[in-house]
Amino acid sequence: MAKTLLDKVWEEHTVRTLPDGRTQLLIGTHLIHEVTSPQAFGMLRDLGLKVLYPNRTFATVDHIVPTDQRAEPFSDPLADAMVKELRKNCAETGVTFFDLPSGNQGIVHIVGPEQGITQPGTTIACGDSHTSTHGAFGAIAFGIGTSQVRDVLATQTMAIGKPKVRRVNVDGKLSPGVYAKDVILHIIRHLGVNGGIGYAYEFGGSTFDNFTQEERMTVCNMSIEGGARVGYVNPDEVTFEYLHGRPYSPKGEAWDAAVARWKATASDPDAIYDDVVSFKAEDILPTVTWGITPGQAIFIDEAIPNPEDLPEKDRATAREAIEHMKLTSGAPLLGTKIDVAFLGSCTNGRLSDLQEVAKYLRSLKGRKVAPGVKAIVVPGSQGVAAIAETMGLAEIFREAGFEWRGAGCSMCLGMNPDKLVGDQLCASSSNRNFKGRQGSPTGRTMLMSPLMVAAAALTGEITDARALFAIN
Amino acid sequence: MALEKITQVTGRGVYIPGDDIDTDRIIPARFMKCVTFDGLGEFAFGDARIAEKNAGRIHPLDDPRFEGATIVLSGSNFGCGSSREHAPQALYRYGHRAIIAESFAEIFFGNSTTLGVPCVKMSQQDIAALAAIIESDPAVLLTLDLTENKVTVADVDFCAEITMPGHAREALTTGRWDSIADLVDGLEEVKNRVAKIPYLAGV
Repeated sequence: MAKTLLDKVWEEHTVRTLPDGRTQLLIGTHLIHEVTSPQAFGMLRDLGLKVLYPNRTFATVDHIVPTDQRAEPFSDPLADAMVKELRKNCAETGVTFFDLPSGNQGIVHIVGPEQGITQPGTTIACGDSHTSTHGAFGAIAFGIGTSQVRDVLATQTMAIGKPKVRRVNVDGKLSPGVYAKDVILHIIRHLGVNGGIGYAYEFGGSTFDNFTQEERMTVCNMSIEGGARVGYVNPDEVTFEYLHGRPYSPKGEAWDAAVARWKATASDPDAIYDDVVSFKAEDILPTVTWGITPGQAIFIDEAIPNPEDLPEKDRATAREAIEHMKLTSGAPLLGTKIDVAFLGSCTNGRLSDLQEVAKYLRSLKGRKVAPGVKAIVVPGSQGVAAIAETMGLAEIFREAGFEWRGAGCSMCLGMNPDKLVGDQLCASSSNRNFKGRQGSPTGRTMLMSPLMVAAAALTGEITDARALFAIN
Repeated sequence: MALEKITQVTGRGVYIPGDDIDTDRIIPARFMKCVTFDGLGEFAFGDARIAEKNAGRIHPLDDPRFEGATIVLSGSNFGCGSSREHAPQALYRYGHRAIIAESFAEIFFGNSTTLGVPCVKMSQQDIAALAAIIESDPAVLLTLDLTENKVTVADVDFCAEITMPGHAREALTTGRWDSIADLVDGLEEVKNRVAKIPYLAGV
């Protein structure tokens, strides 16, 4: 019988069916960070359990690290205690730690792929909802809670029910100035922030076939924002080329054998899906969120919605969004004043994101970040930062008036010194526009592609990057 | 590990209206700079409570009429966003023992079940009716029955159907909601499976 990638990976990693009916699923690769792991190590100690396979767990520090003053001890004693706790836990249990001095530290979802730890046909779990990112390689990857981090440390397995699979097709060629970020915001806008509950999203179609590996990561990253805990793309030559030669990728004969296995894990052409939805790439324009959920998104040329014009079920949240965002229904999105521009995160903090923006900044040489706007660029990993610096990208950003920072989650979530202040409005390349997400309870977030963030930084307001940078 | 069999939760209710209440709302990230879950309870809905106060309103958790409520009612997609177990931990430590909503985000649902906190779905109409009952008499006792799949209210003519995935009901009602013991029981099979998977063989 024809199978999806999810069917195949699930089958291979099923240990047994538990008494409650869920699967005891083997987690081949476990990623941990400083925020959701310390309690798990504590529980292990309390239960007298050991880490079963220390070399199948990899750690890094990302959420709480400052991106400017990185010398330890950190100015925040709580953050300092967390990094030291992770360092101690890794040392005691033999877990590999991509620590700050290693040169390989970064956001866990950027480090895994760049190290070649993220591989097709594997199962990956991490105490972070954006673990869906790794699905871009044809892995079944998902976020878990801390008790499950404990479960995976102790048994390399967890209890989980098998999701259904929705095939999400996007076909055609994106218009210039439209990016992977716009694709996923568009998908969530139409399927809803809860549309994916119970499903894994299999992204496919010619748009995905032509995407780079990093573009696929941007889309899979935000699957969870559409309610889908898992999002994946079938592995292909693009995937294999990305992985070839990375530190943890198989070498020599093992590489050839791995590629053969990886090819076989892709969904069969006649696989049956629980649901299929399709979008046309040509229909998608630069997309920006106006509200407090990632589904509250509109095209750059649209006006801020009037909650009363929306379907009844969306009205209450829309009213709350308008109040929080201090926007006016009917006003154009274009021209909304911003205070902060944040370029980074596990969604859009990769080298290709920085390259694309730097390319256009170079084309407007001499143009600076608008007066009064704070603009920061936060590379997703020390690896990304090092390459970007060698390529001269950091210099381009600095010359344009952006602050060039060290690697981490930064202003995506307000657990480190990078936070909004008061009701500042941030043009952000991150993934969540929840109330208070960027560290100030009254802070306001508008999600968009990295180039749209840069355009807003230069003009001080929400701007169509295609017009500013003469993209057509 | 012998865990309590959770078949019923009885307590007073509190209605926290709204759809898509995310885990950042339930526990803002800055309160997660900790290496244990102790003390999270007081920060449950921390910023939302302050925001309501600043706006001259009162958040349900600060409304004295609902003090001591143990059953939360809310809208759809409750617990969306971050996978932080800190969210259900904060609610649990605040004193909540069950959540009734139109729907739940999956990771939050799983995290709650693992703590022995049932998350059950109820229709929008029934939630509205139940919220109205609580509003008119905050002292009424709700009983959430996982074997009968219903919620009833003491001395009030209200009975609504609830739904929950079979595995979670089974786990809660048989006292297996924390799966660690069952997972450890399968360790020999885990090792056998690992040996058969090429990328894991030899670990």
